[in-house]
Amino acid sequence: MPDGRSVPLSRMEAGQSGRVVQIQGGQGMVNRLGALGIRPGRRITKVSSMFMRGPVTIQVGNAQVAIGFGMAKRIVVDLS
Amino acid sequence: MNILLMGNPNVGKSVIFSRLTGVKVVASNYPGTTVGYTHGYMKLGDETVEITDVPGTYTLEPTSEAEEVAARMLENGDLVINVIDATNLERNLYLTQQLLERNIPMIVALNMWDDTAHRGIHIDLEKLRALLQVPVIPTVAVTAQGIKELVENIPNATSPESPIRSSDERWAVVGHITEQAQHITHRHHTWRERLGDASVRPLTGGIIALAVIAAAFTVIRFIGESLIGYALDPLFENLWAPVMLRLSDLLGGDGFFHDVLVGQLINGEINFVESLGLLTTGLYVPFAMVLPYIISFYLVLGLLEDFGYLPRLAVLMDTVMHRLGLHGYAIIPSMLGLGCNVPAILATRILESKRERFIAATLISIAIPCAALQAMIIGLVGQHGVQYVAIVFGTLFVVWVILGLILNRFTKGLSPELLIEIPPYRIPPWRTVLQKLWMRTYGFLREAVPIILGAVLVINILYTVGVFDAIANFTAPVITGLLGLPKEAVTAIVVGFLRKDVALGLLAPLSLSASQLVIGSVVLAMFFPCIATFVVILRELGVKSMLKASGIMIVAALLVGGLLNLILQ
Repeated sequence: MPDGRSVPLSRMEAGQSGRVVQIQGGQGMVNRLGALGIRPGRRITKVSSMFMRGPVTIQVGNAQVAIGFGMAKRIVVDLS
Repeated sequence: MNILLMGNPNVGKSVIFSRLTGVKVVASNYPGTTVGYTHGYMKLGDETVEITDVPGTYTLEPTSEAEEVAARMLENGDLVINVIDATNLERNLYLTQQLLERNIPMIVALNMWDDTAHRGIHIDLEKLRALLQVPVIPTVAVTAQGIKELVENIPNATSPESPIRSSDERWAVVGHITEQAQHITHRHHTWRERLGDASVRPLTGGIIALAVIAAAFTVIRFIGESLIGYALDPLFENLWAPVMLRLSDLLGGDGFFHDVLVGQLINGEINFVESLGLLTTGLYVPFAMVLPYIISFYLVLGLLEDFGYLPRLAVLMDTVMHRLGLHGYAIIPSMLGLGCNVPAILATRILESKRERFIAATLISIAIPCAALQAMIIGLVGQHGVQYVAIVFGTLFVVWVILGLILNRFTKGLSPELLIEIPPYRIPPWRTVLQKLWMRTYGFLREAVPIILGAVLVINILYTVGVFDAIANFTAPVITGLLGLPKEAVTAIVVGFLRKDVALGLLAPLSLSASQLVIGSVVLAMFFPCIATFVVILRELGVKSMLKASGIMIVAALLVGGLLNLILQ
């Protein structure tokens, strides 16, 4: 379960890394993210986020993925 | 035999397809370039086999229309060439696992092999082959490296026993394979990666976007104007005009054939814009007015596509596009629309929901003028000054925004969120850039020029028969009363259904004021799409949405035209 070191992806700082612990969404969202390699246990690094609740860009393995803000809020990342 | 080329988006399937079949297809550096499927044939030994370029998909559980196409295609395939991006082994292998479960003979093309070394990725090919139990051939599709080996190994494709697994089990297997076969060493960021990251940060990204757009405009204008000013205009004026005058003499100076071929002489001279003959205006419009901008636009678009900039623009524009009921990725079909609306509306398949596709297609067909129409606007309206061209484009941009806000408000459903892979920046080889430019230019010549000539012919016949006069009198209240244009301007709107570039050309002989030309250009751009666009909207969205889009079009065009008339005149 998410603890004190866990934050939503949307609240991470650019440059911070962590491990995905939970995706708080329906099966459809879990599948779409999973297909891009974003799933619990995966290590990711935040590259940037746009202001005004714009998309968040992350690094997963060798790929970069841009994720809408609403989805990024529901991806919980463990920073420790 | 039917061989399917399958793999994740943007791994180079289309480039491999071109290499195998010799069929030229558009390939770009962003996920979702291929939205339909393309067939081609190649020789395999003595047999001719069919190859299908399947749209990219991350999973066989489809999440968009393009992916659905991919999943359906699998049922008709006899063999799969699974194209894998070697720099992204783990994610790509997930689809590979799903494909293996389908028990279809498979061979893997480990593409972008040249990119692995400097990214610090080391793949043990023997181990990978042993773990996957299928042939694995490293390839570099853009330079054709490994393609021969790939073809030689197609007969060796195998279908190893593979149990049906759950998604978690698949990822576990994939994890095991990557751990065994791949080894990653640390390395420093390259300038391209730094530039890539800077392009999706708010401040630097904004500056880069403005610089890119400004540079794109400057280059498009410079190349387009130079081609016209230094090559095509002199060619037509100095070489072709005397020939036409001669022909005019030979044909006796008037009569039906004279008017159809040469058109009307204006003050005893050929006027390539206004004469309206098949051999004068019919050739001058496509070759000297439109073609130069087709070349310059597609050169710049091709560079942006292949370099990998467009997905980053999508990230930057996402917040804005959400207000219009779309997400950032809709910027890609919109940019394509500035070239031609037909591929743009096909490209809306990369959007996930019906709602988004409807909004995007409607906005494109109403507010995004194609390159051919833009070239004519620049050519004709530009004679009165740049500020009038700016009014035309400014109005269309405002229409795009306001109409988007309205459609977002009143179209049912929710728009999904952005979720896209951002490809690395790549420096495209000149050969591929020029090849793509030639494909698109040739496409214009083959598809547009016959319609332009046909339109000029039809116009001549209708003038002779007097049909236009009847229509003009009938529609005069709207054309003159509402829009403030001479009643003959309706011919342009009617012809606009065939080709908008020729249609705008019809406004030239009416000696309109600058404001009238602005109104005419805007109404023509917004009013009914040309027949090619009409057909593609009908096919992609269905009758109901087509009718809805057409209704919106007519109302919007008349409203905006009327408003401009009130403001400008």
